[in-house]
Amino acid sequence: MSRFEAMDGNTATAEAMRQVNPDVVAAYPITPQTSTVQTFSQFVADGEVDTEFIRVESEHSAMSACIGASAAGGRVMTATSANGLALMWEMVYIAASNRAPIVMTVVNRALSGPINIHCDHSDSMGTRDAGWIQLFGENPQEGYDNAIQAVRIAEHEDVLLPVMSMYDGFITSHGLERVQIEDDEAVRDFIGPFTAHDALLDVDNPVTYGPLDFYDFYMEHKRQQVEAMKYAKRVIPEVAADFEKHFGRRYGFFDEYRLDDAELALVVLSSTAGTARSVVDSLRAQGLKVGLLKPRVFRPFPAEELADALRDKIVVGVMDRSDSFGALGGPLFVELSAALKTYDVSAKMVDYVFGLGGRDTTPSQIESVFRDLAEMAETGEIKQLVTYLGVRE
Amino acid sequence: MVKLNAGWREIPIGGKIVDAGNAREYETGSWRATTPVVDQEECINCLLCWILCPDSSIDVKDEEMVGFHLRFCKGCGICAEICPVDAIEMVPETEPEE
Repeated sequence: MSRFEAMDGNTATAEAMRQVNPDVVAAYPITPQTSTVQTFSQFVADGEVDTEFIRVESEHSAMSACIGASAAGGRVMTATSANGLALMWEMVYIAASNRAPIVMTVVNRALSGPINIHCDHSDSMGTRDAGWIQLFGENPQEGYDNAIQAVRIAEHEDVLLPVMSMYDGFITSHGLERVQIEDDEAVRDFIGPFTAHDALLDVDNPVTYGPLDFYDFYMEHKRQQVEAMKYAKRVIPEVAADFEKHFGRRYGFFDEYRLDDAELALVVLSSTAGTARSVVDSLRAQGLKVGLLKPRVFRPFPAEELADALRDKIVVGVMDRSDSFGALGGPLFVELSAALKTYDVSAKMVDYVFGLGGRDTTPSQIESVFRDLAEMAETGEIKQLVTYLGVRE
Repeated sequence: MVKLNAGWREIPIGGKIVDAGNAREYETGSWRATTPVVDQEECINCLLCWILCPDSSIDVKDEEMVGFHLRFCKGCGICAEICPVDAIEMVPETEPEE
């Protein structure tokens, strides 16, 4: 039987890891991820899992050990944040190009410097071209659910790519909420047994990992990664549908809230979507036709589906919790702009960079964004392409 | 063994090599700029060259050094350097066959 508990995001994720019971976890502590792996290491010490827990001297070593364990033929999980992810960087790319189906929770935190331990999305957004599937969760429940689905997505034989599951540092990682924890056996039944591909420990079928790959084959291997991402776009909804059948909670590429008949749409990732939903309700009560779209899957980017969902909107406001210095706007804005242009959506678009380094984003600020969008809809003019929400002038 | 002009659908994913013992297929002899030539009159069959050759390119038959596997010899010259009786000479690739 499933049970309801008050849990923060990290504890819920550690529960998911306990239920998955991976062969290997290699991790290094970093705020605000620390309590995920700390809680899991207690499960290891108490003999509640069969996992080989590898204590390493850095995140670079953590991801290296994960890649090695995956190549050896194990089911592998880990977790990190911010500068830990940055220190992994080299190996993050190698995990994807080695086609290692590793599942990693990334608890979003601002990258240094100046040094900061609070939430923004600069860490995982920096790895958006690394070849990992990226899922963003709004709350502890979604962190738990995404971690479980990530195992199935990563290990699908047409995908075989690593998956990053994100949620907001402190807000979600350390905020207690009601979480439905599923039955251990039900989770294990859902993810199924692990099938290794070309395992190094399969001594009867020797295989070489990581050989030199020059101009004669490198491009073909990159093309294969593109194809795996295309398959992932098919597999992610399939896994979500099966998850709903097992556990009743529905997931898609993104979540829509009062979006159907909306004229003004707001697009925002993760926990801020919760705040935005209440603002949508209060503005709807005042007769404003506003709606919300919360992306869940950032890689592969569901461009066509997003374009269809936003096709008849007048103005689309994007909220980016990280910036891409020198670019047109934040990464979500730039990516979504390209999608809407490619699929002939004529809505005007503006970007709001917000919440950097953990700065609070209030309902009144989100309301001011909707008021801006309403004004743009009326005048037909974009007042300011990128606004830094709440920055002191 | 993967064909040289194989498309992306035909090759193993992730740059993995799934055929064992494939080093045999990679003819490193094409890298060679100087070729070892042995004087069999001088050779004392100590087999130091056989021990030290990094490419296993010393040809030995019945415990006697009989020549080199030139499809794999990179021409590094370690054999010539180590030979205690100077029986091996490194000859520029342009004039090895005389």
